Amino acid sequence: MSSWQTDPLLVVEHLTMRFGGLVAVNNLSFSVGRTDITALIGPNGAGKTTVFNCVTGFYKPTEGRLALARQGIAAAPDVEHLTGTGARHGKSNSGNIYLLERMPGHEIADKARVARTFQNIRLFTGMTVLENLLVAQHNALMKASGYTVLGVLGIGGYKAKEKAAVAKAISWLDKIGLLDRADDPAGDLPYGDQRRLEIARAMCTDPILLCLDEPAAGLNPRESLELNALLRSIRNDHNTAVLLIEHDMSVVMEISDHVVVLDYGTKIADGTPQEIRNDPRVIAAYLGVEDEEVEEVEAEIDMAEKAS
Amino acid sequence: MQIQASKPVAAEPVSGGFDIMAAVKDAGFAALVTLGLSFPILAFRTQEDISNHLIVVPRWSWPITAAILVFVGRFAAILFRSRPRATRAPTLPKAPSASATFLIRYASWFGVAALIAFPMVMVAALGAGGSLKWINNYGIQILIYVMLGWGLNIVVGLSGLLDLGYVAFYAVGAYSYALLSTTFGLSFWICLPLAGLLAAFWGIILGFPVLRLRGDYLAIVTLAFGEIIRLVLINWTDLTNGYAGISSIPRATFFGVPFTDDDDGFAHLFGMDYSPIQRTIFLFYLILALALLTNAVTLRLRRLPVGRAWEALREDEIACRSLGINTTNTKLTAFALGAMFGGFAGSFFAVRQGFVSPESFTFIESATILAIVVLGGMGSQIGVALAAVLMIGGTEILRELDFLKAVFGRDFDPVQYRMLIFGAGMVLMMILKPRGIISTRTPSIFYKEQKAISGSLVKEGHG
Amino acid sequence: MEVFLQQLINGLTLGSIYGLIAIGYTMVFGIIGMVNFAHGDVFMLSAFIALMLFVVLTQLLGMTSIPLAFVIVLIGAMVLTALWNWAIERVAYRPLRGSFRLAPLISAIGMSIFLSNFVQVVQGPRNKTIPPMFDKVIHLTTGGTYDVTLSLKQILIVLVTAVLLAGFWYLVQKTSLGRAQRACEQDRRMAALLGIDVDRTISLTFVIGAALAAVAGVLYMSYYGVVNFSDGFIPGVKAFTAAVLGGIGSLPGAVLGGLLIGLIEVFWSAYFSSDYKDVAAFSILALTLIFMPSGLLGRPEIEKV
Repeated sequence: MSSWQTDPLLVVEHLTMRFGGLVAVNNLSFSVGRTDITALIGPNGAGKTTVFNCVTGFYKPTEGRLALARQGIAAAPDVEHLTGTGARHGKSNSGNIYLLERMPGHEIADKARVARTFQNIRLFTGMTVLENLLVAQHNALMKASGYTVLGVLGIGGYKAKEKAAVAKAISWLDKIGLLDRADDPAGDLPYGDQRRLEIARAMCTDPILLCLDEPAAGLNPRESLELNALLRSIRNDHNTAVLLIEHDMSVVMEISDHVVVLDYGTKIADGTPQEIRNDPRVIAAYLGVEDEEVEEVEAEIDMAEKAS
Repeated sequence: MQIQASKPVAAEPVSGGFDIMAAVKDAGFAALVTLGLSFPILAFRTQEDISNHLIVVPRWSWPITAAILVFVGRFAAILFRSRPRATRAPTLPKAPSASATFLIRYASWFGVAALIAFPMVMVAALGAGGSLKWINNYGIQILIYVMLGWGLNIVVGLSGLLDLGYVAFYAVGAYSYALLSTTFGLSFWICLPLAGLLAAFWGIILGFPVLRLRGDYLAIVTLAFGEIIRLVLINWTDLTNGYAGISSIPRATFFGVPFTDDDDGFAHLFGMDYSPIQRTIFLFYLILALALLTNAVTLRLRRLPVGRAWEALREDEIACRSLGINTTNTKLTAFALGAMFGGFAGSFFAVRQGFVSPESFTFIESATILAIVVLGGMGSQIGVALAAVLMIGGTEILRELDFLKAVFGRDFDPVQYRMLIFGAGMVLMMILKPRGIISTRTPSIFYKEQKAISGSLVKEGHG
Repeated sequence: MEVFLQQLINGLTLGSIYGLIAIGYTMVFGIIGMVNFAHGDVFMLSAFIALMLFVVLTQLLGMTSIPLAFVIVLIGAMVLTALWNWAIERVAYRPLRGSFRLAPLISAIGMSIFLSNFVQVVQGPRNKTIPPMFDKVIHLTTGGTYDVTLSLKQILIVLVTAVLLAGFWYLVQKTSLGRAQRACEQDRRMAALLGIDVDRTISLTFVIGAALAAVAGVLYMSYYGVVNFSDGFIPGVKAFTAAVLGGIGSLPGAVLGGLLIGLIEVFWSAYFSSDYKDVAAFSILALTLIFMPSGLLGRPEIEKV
């Protein structure tokens, strides 16, 4: 049994998303392991970003269930029971369960602790790098400022909490090598730095699941390697599962523990990178049906393997 | 009116030369267009004859004058633009240095001190009678708009929500004080917080359904709400007395001591000679205190999570949601707080005038306040204050230009042109400074060094 | 029943005027994404120009044929108003294209204030009245408690609106100008790369919008016989409401919205209270935007993440 089957963090069942007549995601089921880096791959237009948007609450799925268990392994009867009550989330013997399809986006980030980045980077460009990381800690700081009331009057321990938040932000900046640029506007950073900053910002929300939409897009080989190290460290040191969409096969094959392949909104393969690489359906659908192209991509995969 | 060159004339003379023929041609074209525009609106005067029929009387001198003025103006503009190419300083966006930022901060304290001294200096210089106009028409009037601008700045400048109906909350505050004081005899100091709360309440009521709208749609809905409130004030005559408004609103007192010539009046209590200027000076300090309160609260909020969330919202709403920020609540707090300060300003307006009517709360007011915020530079408190001085003081000063009568003749009344110049000024200022007077953003927190952020990186919000 | 029929006629007349103004809003919003606040005042200005042209023709030049004068006034007002809007776009909006989004809006508000005060300063604040024209009335029903009438003016308004809309529709759907316009709406930068003169296309959009507003102004002037410098704001907002109700960016939507707003206003006044008729219009505006932001015929906007 694979880890995503024995200890799933997120279980997606029968997810379907329709836009008018267009079916972007069709009856998709997969699991995200608690200690895994899971990659969601597929050709352009396969519905990967739509899945992301459903997981992070930007779209309401037409059908399906997305159950996230924050602690422990969610027992099937508990999930069924919660689904029956109509509640968005609840405590059970097998831990807190969150039904993401019922929760608005900000609650998913705040309560279920799912953070994300975007395909086209969405930083607060007119705010400094440090401010970006503080906004990410909004909900904790909001509580500390007595929901603004105490903060305006200068009562309570807001100052200390803010200091702690700054310290956390600084430690992340140190980690991604942007400490020198803490006081520069985020919009002034080069592209690769912006990508890393966006990941750090998402991490400042203390997520249990981090969703990355094409994190390696536009990165040069050196930056791509740094990204791999960063993602591994996020999984190992911060106990955060990673779900990523990626086109760069070297990244996917090297760092992921689990790969899910989509084509035309349907799952065509699901397994370890090894299994996926040898799956003929994946080669046909994702890597292209032309023989030369298959060879080309196989060569690329081999190179990625040698590199790792 | 100047017509912009379609193919910029300035593009040719790279060597610094000035193509006089091209300039004449361009200016001539502009003059020709002006002639076209003047027909018939300038070329004829409409009036009623003895039998009350409308007749038109030609006045050809007007379009010709207009065309000549445009020709000269356009020619001068081209001349000005082509000449200083070499000498002109590079127009790269420059962020002010740390010392400049420090000076600005220092200047604001200096400004506050000057404002506190202002009424005393005026009275000492011009006497009680002569200073009344300056303290009332300039001091108080400008400060009201500074306060309104600061209130709206929370909504538009910080949160990036475009509100074209801000005057509604000003009206709610004014009518709250007017009705509470005339009906229940409540004092100003009780009504002031009540008016603020009521306005904030209305801010939430109106804000809730509209905050998911984006862009100009939000602006239009808020405009509609502003107009609905004004129309209700006009038509609900039982409560508001319609167009006639509410008069004999209790005037401001010095914490219960009236500004009258009686034995228990303010002057006698403090052993001074009675003068009406005392009330005006009190009102001046009152609005100054209210405005400074608005400023202090806003500056404080900017450094709190809620303020950062407002600015983050202006930058990218979708990213905010992905970080767990409840955007609806965040927008509502901005709306409610902005409305509250508008309500405070409204009840000050009522206590100052002693009379409120729907006439004071037209769309023009909303537009003026919004223009102050945008011209000030979105989010900048100092910028908003400067813009209010420029726009309100600038149009007030047109009342002073009596000497122009000597130039243009007795019939010339500069006050008549006030709103005309105001409108044209809005256009001109946007063209010259589309990002406002202060176009840089000051970060709310810094690690090592506070650096101003260039306005080109700061987004303006889409709501 | 008679009241209903009469109000239906009146509502369609008023709605035609709103629809014509609404097209100007919808086109400008479609192409540069800006609420042209000054458009209502351009309409008012056109009504003033029309009124003055009419008086110049009939009194100064002694023209006796009212229909001929009307046609000349219509064409003259369209040309002159188009020239005005062309100049306004050039002076107040073009320099701000591509800059800060709020700047053109403030500029447009400033232009709106400028235009109404300009007319006030040069022509005075009083109502300008002309004797009624085309006041022949057809009695559709007689003998009942209430005669349903259809005035020549009303027929004229609906007819002129219909003819001009048909011509305009042809212009936008079938000509290269229309194609360029739609291309600029989709993606201005790409259109420019493909060799479309974007500046010219935008200018033409303003010119067409103004010409149609001028038609509305002429009809308004001949229908009511009174023009005032402050007449731009309320019809402007109502026309904008019409554009939003029909779905901003959609031309048939603008006309449909105009007719609906005209009917709603007239029926509201007839059956409820004329005091609150403007409240009704503004409430519809707010409700449409809140519950149906893409309007009746507009395309829904999908949030891209």
